[in-house]
Amino acid sequence: MKLSSYVIKRLLYSIFVLLGLSIVIFIIARVVPGDPARLALGPRAPQFAVDALREEMHLDKSLPVQYFYWIKGVATGDLGKSLITKRNVVEDIAEFLPATLELVLVSALFVIVFSIFFGALAARYKDTWVDSFIRVMAYTGVAVPSFVLAVIFLLLFGYIWPIIPVLGRLSAGIQPPPTITGLITIDSLLTGQLDVFFDALKHLILPALALAVGPLFQEARIVRSAMTENMGKDYLAAAVGFGMPDHVITGKYLLKPSLIPAVSVMGLDIASLMSNAFLVEVIFNWPGISRYGMEAMLRKDLNAISAVIIVFGLIFVLVNILVDLIVAYLDPRIRLGGRSS
Amino acid sequence: MNISVQSKQEVPALSFSVRVKSGVKKNWYKFSRNKLSVVGLIIVLIIVFSAIFAPLIVPYPHHAGKFVDYANAGTAPCAEYWFGTDNFGRDIFSRIIFAFRGALYMAALVLAIAVPIGVFLGLIAGYYQGTFLDTVIMRVTDIFLSVPPLLLALAIAAVLKPNLTNAMIAVTVMWWPWYTRLVYGMATSTRNEYFVKASELIGAGRLHIIFREILPNCLSPIFTKMALDVGWVILIGASLSFVGLGEQPPTPALGQMVSDGTRYMPDLWWMTVFPSLAIAVTILGFNLMGDGIRDMMAKGEYDRE
Amino acid sequence: MIVNKNDSILNIKDLHVHYRTYDGFAKVLDGVNLWVGKGEKVGLVGEAGCGKTTTMRTVLRILPENAVVPKGEIFYHGEDILKMKPQKLNKVRTQGISMIFQEPAAALNPVFTIGTQMFDVIRYSDSGKGRSKEEIKELAVKAIGEVYIPDPERILNSYPGQLSGGMKQRICIAMAIVTERELLIADEPGTSLDVTILDQVHRLLRGLVEKKGMSLIMITHSLGVAREMTDRIYVMYAGNIVETAETKELFKNPLHPYTLGLLESVPRLTGGGVAEGIYGRIPDYFSPPKGCRFHPRCRLSEEKCREEKPLLKDVGDGHQVACFKVQGVI
Repeated sequence: MKLSSYVIKRLLYSIFVLLGLSIVIFIIARVVPGDPARLALGPRAPQFAVDALREEMHLDKSLPVQYFYWIKGVATGDLGKSLITKRNVVEDIAEFLPATLELVLVSALFVIVFSIFFGALAARYKDTWVDSFIRVMAYTGVAVPSFVLAVIFLLLFGYIWPIIPVLGRLSAGIQPPPTITGLITIDSLLTGQLDVFFDALKHLILPALALAVGPLFQEARIVRSAMTENMGKDYLAAAVGFGMPDHVITGKYLLKPSLIPAVSVMGLDIASLMSNAFLVEVIFNWPGISRYGMEAMLRKDLNAISAVIIVFGLIFVLVNILVDLIVAYLDPRIRLGGRSS
Repeated sequence: MNISVQSKQEVPALSFSVRVKSGVKKNWYKFSRNKLSVVGLIIVLIIVFSAIFAPLIVPYPHHAGKFVDYANAGTAPCAEYWFGTDNFGRDIFSRIIFAFRGALYMAALVLAIAVPIGVFLGLIAGYYQGTFLDTVIMRVTDIFLSVPPLLLALAIAAVLKPNLTNAMIAVTVMWWPWYTRLVYGMATSTRNEYFVKASELIGAGRLHIIFREILPNCLSPIFTKMALDVGWVILIGASLSFVGLGEQPPTPALGQMVSDGTRYMPDLWWMTVFPSLAIAVTILGFNLMGDGIRDMMAKGEYDRE
Repeated sequence: MIVNKNDSILNIKDLHVHYRTYDGFAKVLDGVNLWVGKGEKVGLVGEAGCGKTTTMRTVLRILPENAVVPKGEIFYHGEDILKMKPQKLNKVRTQGISMIFQEPAAALNPVFTIGTQMFDVIRYSDSGKGRSKEEIKELAVKAIGEVYIPDPERILNSYPGQLSGGMKQRICIAMAIVTERELLIADEPGTSLDVTILDQVHRLLRGLVEKKGMSLIMITHSLGVAREMTDRIYVMYAGNIVETAETKELFKNPLHPYTLGLLESVPRLTGGGVAEGIYGRIPDYFSPPKGCRFHPRCRLSEEKCREEKPLLKDVGDGHQVACFKVQGVI
């Protein structure tokens, strides 16, 4: 089938893009800062120590050779040591990535579920107060960046109305479940600790909401306009004319074509979730890779910075492949690429 | 929107009172049909005006810098200090107005640099579609678009010295590819239009084709995007300064003020809330205005619906 | 086959339909009267934009949401479709009337396979209830065979985008006849197709309707098509039926000035220069002309035509005309 060759093409291209990205990261982390060895050791380190490190990091070689050594390290999982934790960066990532994944996944889930729900609602009750409310929320979502929302949540629920936890992944007294996937919600379910699961869930709600609100209502607007546009299509009138029940018409024949434009921009939403996670994790003291990356940036921990960007680039590329595949699944016109009508 | 396809077929002979309005008047009509666009424009004008004349209009211009007045530190909003004072006793309102200066300056400079670069590359790649040049430009663009934009800006700003100039460099580096991609799409389609072919046939040079034939046809989406992007650049700038990678204290910046405020929550809540509101209103204003400009640039049936 | 009006299965009485737009109400249908007998093939002829499709969409109640029906009744076996409860209406849609849309590419959902769409049509039709998956598929395969498309299995797994225009048109017909229906409404089927395929589609349609003993309402802008396909013809102008008669009678003895104009505008193969056509165009529905809606274009119009609206009157043998001049009033 054409789908498989489409996937292969897409994957090959992604590898190329990632290689290109690695050059950009190399330039940011190794070329721009001047002398990474001096940065790593600090201004008071003796010159001979800096020189030794320069040799160890191959900084005395030409740039292409440096890149070659660096990318070899990246490929074999050796990203160097972190200045902050003094550990291998890969270990740090393994420790901090799951928390971020859990947060981003939950907020992505919010975005997907509620954008379809609110979008369909706005389309169904077009030009009523429901529609207006969702439009106002969309404007608000655009205007209030997630870090501002996070701060407001912190003020509201942390101080004024403390009904829901605002900091960290778990409450103080609760033991985290044994690490299986690293996602506390899933691990606690796997080990049957329901109390831990609910505690983790409560901690997830606010940061996930802070991330999700913006993209959520904009997606809902996209779903809404696609739905209202498709409602006027002949094929829908035909389905009604054939006497199909409401739930089949709305839930099947209207929903599927209307989801395509919404899913197509989902990749950008995930990008906004991931980058905003950098600020939101700091605010909610969420022990994820973004907070780790943020600290690395503030302290010029170059190995950690480049590792974090590589990981995010990789995730972003994978997400975009996934989005393309879902769009191709939903839209046979793309998948088959044949005669267009 | 209410006229669906079927009814259009059935009602072909609608006669509209098409009053052809010209120039400024027509554009204003198209822009102002949506009242929210006008609201956006007003917000933007107020912000720009107050930023330009900040030293003249704010009650305490000297508070936008190194100034300490512990006697009045942490004053709640009152007639004297509309938005209250911060932990150093500085007037929040004055500082916000001054912060607009940096934010607008950044947005203007970033777009002034990123847009021409992005547009030029997009035009070149589009004109030389299918050649090696096209491949190189567009693949590099794809690479830059393969990382979440804010992340790249954070990383670049982080390895440089933290200040406003470097924050601008960081944002510029991540901003041009969006314009390249936008222009590329339009340039490749315009390139194959008959009017371009025709001027090619009568011997027009490459530069003429690129800048006099293709570019004018790409302008309206570019301007629309720029109008919307002012808000986004301000947002990214605020995000950078929120984590300390933008304008350094004591010069005020919106993100930095929010971040400072969080340390004094909830007692000095106004330290956080008012700068947050300022960010939200600014972004909202530029977005609403951008929507209006998009309506204005849109061709065709402006007197229906 | 000619049927008495009293045996009609569908009877539209004084139907008005308006569209609400930002410029006001477009008063499209202005009192349409039309009936169809059992097993009868009826043509509805008129130029583009005269309200043919609107009339037929009203019958199935699938008008766009900005449409309003201020006045009129549509009796289906004696019951007013416009007043039916959902359940009753559903019965009409699933076992009474089906419709073939003008544009086959638009009438098929682009993101579902032909099979999915066809199976659902069967599953939710009255005679499809309680059928097993295999039986449903069997019915679909049979219907595809009936519209002369080879390899039904492949078609069922195809998306609309993979089929040619002619195939899509046939599929639309197949979907409309896949389960039993009493009345088929064909809205200019195949207008977008080239003439040889158009002709095939018309033959196919007539054959199927006759074989199954269905009634047919054929919407078309071509009197030639109507002549070949129908027993009786309604001529429509700007939301009004202006003339109706048995097909033979209408061609032998056309009376309404508009019908005459339509006949004159058919180019003749025998030569004689370019057809004359009708001066002017369909009126503005936002402020339609007073009196007879055709009067601004009519060569015979007089004072009364501008003031008063002529109603359909019998001029003998079921031949009805809405024109003062013909009725001998003026």
